This record gives sequence, C-alpha cells and structure tokens, in this order.
Amino acid sequence: MSEQAGLPAVKGPLIYRQSIWTRVTHWIWAICLFFLLLTGLQIFNAHPALYIGQQSGFEFENAILEIGAVNTPEGPRGRTTVFGQTFDSTALGLGVSGSAERPTFTGFPGAVTIPSYRDLGTGRVVHFFFGWVFVITMFIWFLASFINGHIRRDIVPGPADIKGVPRDVADHARLRFHHGRTYGPLQKLAYFGVFFVLFPLIVLTGLTMSPGINAIAPWMLDIFGGRQTARTIHFIVMLLLVGFFIIHIVMVVAAGPINELRSMLSGWYRASPGTPTAEGDKP
Amino acid sequence: MSGILTRRNFLRGSAIAGSGLILAGCDQFDFLGSKENQVRKVMEQANVLTYQVQRRLIGAQTLAREYSASEIRQGQRPNGSVDPSTAEYVALRDSGFAGYKLKITGMVEQPLEFSLDELRNMPARSQITRHDCVEGWSCIAKWTGTPLGPILDMARVKPEARFCVYHCYDNIQRTLSGDILYYTSSDLIDAYHPQSILSYGLNDQVLPVSNGAPIRLRIERALGYKQPKYLHTIELVDSLAAFGKGKGGYWEDTGYDWYAGI
Repeated sequence: MSEQAGLPAVKGPLIYRQSIWTRVTHWIWAICLFFLLLTGLQIFNAHPALYIGQQSGFEFENAILEIGAVNTPEGPRGRTTVFGQTFDSTALGLGVSGSAERPTFTGFPGAVTIPSYRDLGTGRVVHFFFGWVFVITMFIWFLASFINGHIRRDIVPGPADIKGVPRDVADHARLRFHHGRTYGPLQKLAYFGVFFVLFPLIVLTGLTMSPGINAIAPWMLDIFGGRQTARTIHFIVMLLLVGFFIIHIVMVVAAGPINELRSMLSGWYRASPGTPTAEGDKP
Repeated sequence: MSGILTRRNFLRGSAIAGSGLILAGCDQFDFLGSKENQVRKVMEQANVLTYQVQRRLIGAQTLAREYSASEIRQGQRPNGSVDPSTAEYVALRDSGFAGYKLKITGMVEQPLEFSLDELRNMPARSQITRHDCVEGWSCIAKWTGTPLGPILDMARVKPEARFCVYHCYDNIQRTLSGDILYYTSSDLIDAYHPQSILSYGLNDQVLPVSNGAPIRLRIERALGYKQPKYLHTIELVDSLAAFGKGKGGYWEDTGYDWYAGI
C-alpha cells in the first residue's frame, strides 16, 4: 500500500517471486484465452443454443439456452431463453446487434467475435491453433511448477490457508492486501480452481466434442453426460474463466498494478513492510 | 494508508479494465479470414497437427460409438442441400433412381459401376450413430448401407492412391458462372473404416432426398460435412490439387479444415 498511497513507510524487501516459467506461461495463456474466447463465441454463433445429453433436441426439448431474434412491430428484437425463461436480450446485443437500419442477426455480437463477421471456418482455424498452444503451455506449466515447487508452495491450499480464509475475505472486503512471500488463501484457492478444475475441464470438454476422440475415448462422453452436455460445460467453464479474468484484473489494480505487473514481467515483487527478509532478496 | 485514494484507484482501474474488454473485439483480426494471409496459413498447420496426432492415437479400426435404438428420438435433421435442382439429379429422382450408377474410378486396376439394386444386395451394415454438424449440433439416427472397403478392394486400389474424392450430384451453390457441385474427400483410412458405409437406408426407411438419396457415404469419426449426400462417383487420387480450389472439398475450399475429426 505504501507505494500507492505515496506515504513514506518502511519498504518491505524486493523478493524474486515469479519464476521465468510462471511469467512466460502466464502471458502466453493471456494471449491464448483472448483468442480462444473470441473465436469460441464465433463458433457458438454457428448454432447459438446449448443442450443437455448426446444430441440436440429439434423434435424434443433439451435446450437450456437459445439465442435468437423475432420480428415485432417495433422491428427485430433479440430473444434469449435460459432454462425455459425467455427475455428480450436486444440491450445485451444477444440475437440482434448493430444499428436499427442494418441489424445483424447473430448470437453474440460481432464486437466480441473473431472474425467480426460470420466465418465459422476461420473461427475454427484460430480456435484450434490457440487450443494447441494453450494445452502445450499447460503441460509446460504443470511440469515446471511441479519441479520448482510453485504448485506445492503457491497453488495447493494447505490447512493453514483454509483456516485463514475468513480473515482473508475480511481483508479483501476492506481492500487491505498483504503482500507476502507466497500467495494468500483466496489467491491459492482461486488459482487452484483455475489450474486444477477449470483448465482441465475446458480442455477435456473441448476434446469430448471431437468425433475422432470420441472413438478412442468414448468414456469421456459418459463422464460428461454426452457430447451436447460437454459442449454446454465447455461454455459454462468459459463463463467462469471470464469471471476469473475480471476479478483477476480488478485485484491486480486494487493490490497495486505497478508492483503486480513488475512481478509478472521481471519476477521481482515488493513485499509488505515487515516481511522478514531472506537470502536472495534485494532491499 | 489512505482508503479514499485506494478506492479511487480501484474504481479507475476497474473502468479501464472494463473498457478494455469492450474494445477487445472489433475487427482488427478480420485479416485472419483471408485464405492468403500468412498468419492464417501458419495457424492452419494446427489442423494438420490434429490430423496426425489423431491418426497416431486412434486405431484404423476403432469404431465410433454406436447407440441403442431408444436414443433415436427424432428424425435426422437435413442440412446443406436438401433438394438438388441439377437436371441430371431431377431426372434420376423422377425415375425413382432406376438409372443410378455409383462409379469407382481413378487410380484403380478395375473401374466399377454399381446400380442401386446391386448395392442393396451386397452385405449390409446398420449402425446407430451420432451425426455431429460443424455448426455444433448433434443428431442420432440409424444408417443402413454396404461397407465401402470391400467395394474398393473389388476395384483393386493402386498403391499410389492416397485419397478418395467423393463427387456428388447436388449444386450446393449457384453462381453466375454456373453451379458449384458438392464434393469432399478422405484418406484411405477413413474410406476403409468398418463403419464407412454407402448408406441407402435411414431409420429403417429408404434414405429420403433431403438426407442424400439415393446414396450417402457415412464417415462416422468425422463431422457432418464429411458425410457426402447424393454421391455418384468415388475417385481414387494421389493429390487433391486438381479438384475445386484444391483443398479437398466444397467446405474445405471455403476455409474449413480438411480432416474434420474435431
């Protein structure tokens, strides 16, 4: 906080907190997730509906989300149905977007898809390219972080972390952050959820949509409850990752963007005053 | 510490982050839609990687999942061409496909022709499988037909042949310079796969026009655009360059990946 508030407080030590593996994989993922999200929405727009089960119900009902448009006396309106509840989604750009004179009829608006116009083929090319980069980066991260102790030290929450959750929640609510040598309890829980739950889930549900992978690993269809359910889970995990991203950015800003960015670029992180120094620290 | 300043920073930062999200889309990446773009060409190599990895991972004989009859809960959703209008096809359809011939040509020792009755009298296979459209939807149906592999063996495929090109009757696209006819292609592994059948039956009925009558090839470990309808000729070749724009199929020529196993 001292840096942000500009108050002459005793500085904590400058510690080398982020290894080169953490930093490089972090930024590769940032680029991957950007393209995967925007091309994913392009792919979704080819059939803007989600179902539960093996197949899509055209003559029976198993959709949990449908985005479309209807004509009304006031012009075309976006219509979205979630779990049977239909609402007008024009204001969100879902179903109809663009100007009143030249409306575009897509699930998600072109502002959040790559390409901005409808092009499923290109969306798939870019999505699968970054899918590969994402997965390879994930393997490198898991291997490096297991070997250098990042997973054990910073990611997997221990009993002390679990006990520290209520206090950490209270500190976060007051925007009071402790910059320690390792991550705080909520940080650990968040990253653990991303690395051990969301990342594997989004990759596996993506692969479950592949008819080729279905042949060699039909059990994946069973654990996810069918290809269409896998597609739905893939979408929901996307929403959770977007939620994580928003909180992540907000926390970086709240906790001191200069310090946080420096640690993710150079590895060096200014700990809170009073943090005991250790070998390798800089003043 | 100064709570007011922190909160202001917090709000300002959140606003910046929020506007970044909105600006993220736009059209800066529309150049990737151009087939000639070098960045796109590099990215397309990921699909070659997917193909090679899946071919090494998945056995040539490994079957696509087959479902029970109770999973057939609706008719097979027609998509793409549903009623071809070429004179040749209309004449065939109006005669009940009496004059239909399926031709095996190209790099074979013995070019062959089969009438619809001949195909129906050959050993048959029925399979209840899931059809996955590239758009994202799926539909389960029962397909009945004769396996393609033994037919290729009868024609004695030459060793230099690497692909099957599937030529179809349907004019998927009409342009000022004439009709564009549907075609697609596969490697010989998909062609010889036990579930690759020349289907003439759908859900225990004669295959209807909207689903590809009289013959539709099923390649069950690939997406829907690898299930060519209104099929009339299977040509064995060592290169796909001579057909369409050289990408191996109608949809492939418009920018879809050739393998279609994902």
